[in-house]
Amino acid sequence: MNDSAIFDEMWGHGETPRAPYADIDGWFNQEDPARLRRKAREAEALFRLTGITFNVYGDKAAGERLIPFDIVPRVIAGREWERLSRGIEQRVRAINAFLHDIYHRQEILRAGRVPVEAIARNAAFLPEMIGVDPPGGVYTHIVGTDLVRTGEDEFYVLEDNARTPSGVSYMLENRETMLAMFPELFMKTRVRQVSSYPAMLHRSLCASAPTHANGKPVVAVLTPGSYNSAYYEHSFLADKMGVQLVEGHDLRVVDGRVAMRTTQGYQPIDVLYRRVDDDWIDPLNFNPDSALGVPGIMDVYRAGGLTLANAPGTGIADDKAIYSYMPEIVEFYTGEKAILKNVPTWRCAEREALAYVLDNLPELVVKEVHGSGGYGMLIGPTASKKELAAFRQKLKARPGNYIAQPTLSLSTVPIFTRAGLAPRHVDLRPFVLVSPEGVTITPGGLTRVALKKGSLVVNSSQGGGTKDTWVLEE
Amino acid sequence: MTTLGKTAGGLYWMFRYLERSENTARMVDVGQRIALTRSSDDDEWASVLQAAGTYEGYLAKHGEVTRDHAIDWMLRDADNPSSVLSVVSTARDNARVVRTALTREVWEAVNEAYITLKGAMARRIGDRELQDVLRLVRQRAAFVRGATHGTMLRNDVYDFCRLGMFTERADCTARILDVKYFVLLPAAAAVGSRLDDIQWETILRSVSGVGAYRMRFGQQLRPREVADFLIHDRTMPRSLAFCARKLRENLDYLAEDYGARMHSHEVVADMNDKKLAQPIDEIFQSGLHEFLVDFQGCIASLSSQIEIDYRFYR
Repeated sequence: MNDSAIFDEMWGHGETPRAPYADIDGWFNQEDPARLRRKAREAEALFRLTGITFNVYGDKAAGERLIPFDIVPRVIAGREWERLSRGIEQRVRAINAFLHDIYHRQEILRAGRVPVEAIARNAAFLPEMIGVDPPGGVYTHIVGTDLVRTGEDEFYVLEDNARTPSGVSYMLENRETMLAMFPELFMKTRVRQVSSYPAMLHRSLCASAPTHANGKPVVAVLTPGSYNSAYYEHSFLADKMGVQLVEGHDLRVVDGRVAMRTTQGYQPIDVLYRRVDDDWIDPLNFNPDSALGVPGIMDVYRAGGLTLANAPGTGIADDKAIYSYMPEIVEFYTGEKAILKNVPTWRCAEREALAYVLDNLPELVVKEVHGSGGYGMLIGPTASKKELAAFRQKLKARPGNYIAQPTLSLSTVPIFTRAGLAPRHVDLRPFVLVSPEGVTITPGGLTRVALKKGSLVVNSSQGGGTKDTWVLEE
Repeated sequence: MTTLGKTAGGLYWMFRYLERSENTARMVDVGQRIALTRSSDDDEWASVLQAAGTYEGYLAKHGEVTRDHAIDWMLRDADNPSSVLSVVSTARDNARVVRTALTREVWEAVNEAYITLKGAMARRIGDRELQDVLRLVRQRAAFVRGATHGTMLRNDVYDFCRLGMFTERADCTARILDVKYFVLLPAAAAVGSRLDDIQWETILRSVSGVGAYRMRFGQQLRPREVADFLIHDRTMPRSLAFCARKLRENLDYLAEDYGARMHSHEVVADMNDKKLAQPIDEIFQSGLHEFLVDFQGCIASLSSQIEIDYRFYR
């Protein structure tokens, strides 16, 4: 049961489990906790063997870590999912329209719905993309929309991750692990499958190829290398798609095409699913120190010789300052009200907003505009006086660098602990594919869970864990 | 599907390193065995270190040769790039880089080898655990080999794995034969002595060839026969001739696959048809040591030619 004011996805606010969790409740009640503990250990051994580990930036001594996995699934009813996916699709379509507009006629700026400064002074805006038409007109081939829930029907979009979202391998491996450990659960409950994601990703990338590929495009995944924290995922996706996993030094521009060095010479690539950030992708056009990219790749791209997924410059759409304009953006390009809510956001660059934020700091969450991974953020309600004072100084020094939001009471889902089930806060990242053929959303996603009681930080780099995410058949 | 040059190189080295882990473990086993079967000073360990090709590095670190230091150096010292733990870790790093070219079974076998051996060698290995640890090393290498044999497609990817494995194995057998013969038997005086017998048995044991030799040649261990066996025998999977033939076969498969013969094919042909065609008496006449040095040079040039022909690095 749940007697707290926070919405629990298993218990709601009451004493009986909500309908989507009825089977989980029944299963848990007749399970032997000792067996479950053993299973949880087995799961960890399985993940280690698979090699689904990650490296923490700037922490070499720590070596490889495993993201903790919790065995209690997070369940979403079919009806709930239906609404969520409509909202996500609407939002992703708007983002692509916005990106096209921003790099072409900038109608939305002319209409005054988004201020010019929000774009002009934004480091995520890439002048090199002005007037460029990506093959098939798609900018964000892969999006990971971060959602949080606060009540029965209350979902908010927290972030739009339109650059190089990661985590999809956890969605897939978590499901594989649950299938291997608790097959009986899946016989009882009809859970929508996620395993076709790599095939759909491949199809989606192929459909976005330049026309010269003639229906048989050569696709490759570009990784920064095996020391990158998400390397496992890069190799996993390349493997499941049956395409090459390349690094910058495998590639070179040959006769106006980007080509990879094979045992038999250079072979041109049509579609590059790159997991290297914009800044690093081309030392000739961007950061000259980058050894991760390919000199001249941007020139090939601009000439239409290659599809980059995602397109360079998509960061302007998931920037935290732009985020606050998303309701306007959705309405401007789709003519509809946004289905999914935006979290109210104060842009500290604005004088009045800054004053409000400084006055109410202990109740707010403050984030860096360009930050990610939960680094450099302040959670007012749990921060110490000292932390609050330090952040106040930062805010005054560089207000434009920050946005602030109210602290949402994120929903909880039970995790399995030594003392039985215990509620922990969660978020959800569904994965969205966009191609000229349309938008596809895999029914499921990555549920991240804060393992510490009361904690709101779900990031894996800061001690968060993951859960298998079930979307039920209607 | 095409194979990246980097991938080919990663596979080649992954299998070289895995082969080396097993060879090194076997050499430690031999050193330990000699130490147990006769009252030995630590000279044995010097020759074992030489056979493993890590003598100089060892001296730089420890100065003098002791049994405990030698075993630790060869099995788990991170300063020794050829220690079992180092090569298994490097093999796994390579496997990570070429992950998409491996089956899940092979990857998991390598990853598990690394996890298991890292655990087993977390601390200095005591006398009582040594045999268990050595068995574990051989067993883990066998698991990877088995997974490779049982699950990998027989295509160019497989060829590069095999090329790495047989290159390393040929190199290792040549080194063992050379060091033992050259270092331990500088004078003809020892020939026919009990010491001599033990030395030759040691050589055979370090390539797991004692039983096979006895089946072929009987109880008496004679230098000429042992050398002939390890150089020319086409049924002995660690002999130079066997490895050289496998190298040629795998390069031929590549030529067939790619529709192109490269300079590597000439090098391997020369190795098979000229170097190894010399009868054993002729080799002994012109000097076994010279022959082995020459052969190791040949292996090295084949290795760098494969690297160039199949674009491992550029």
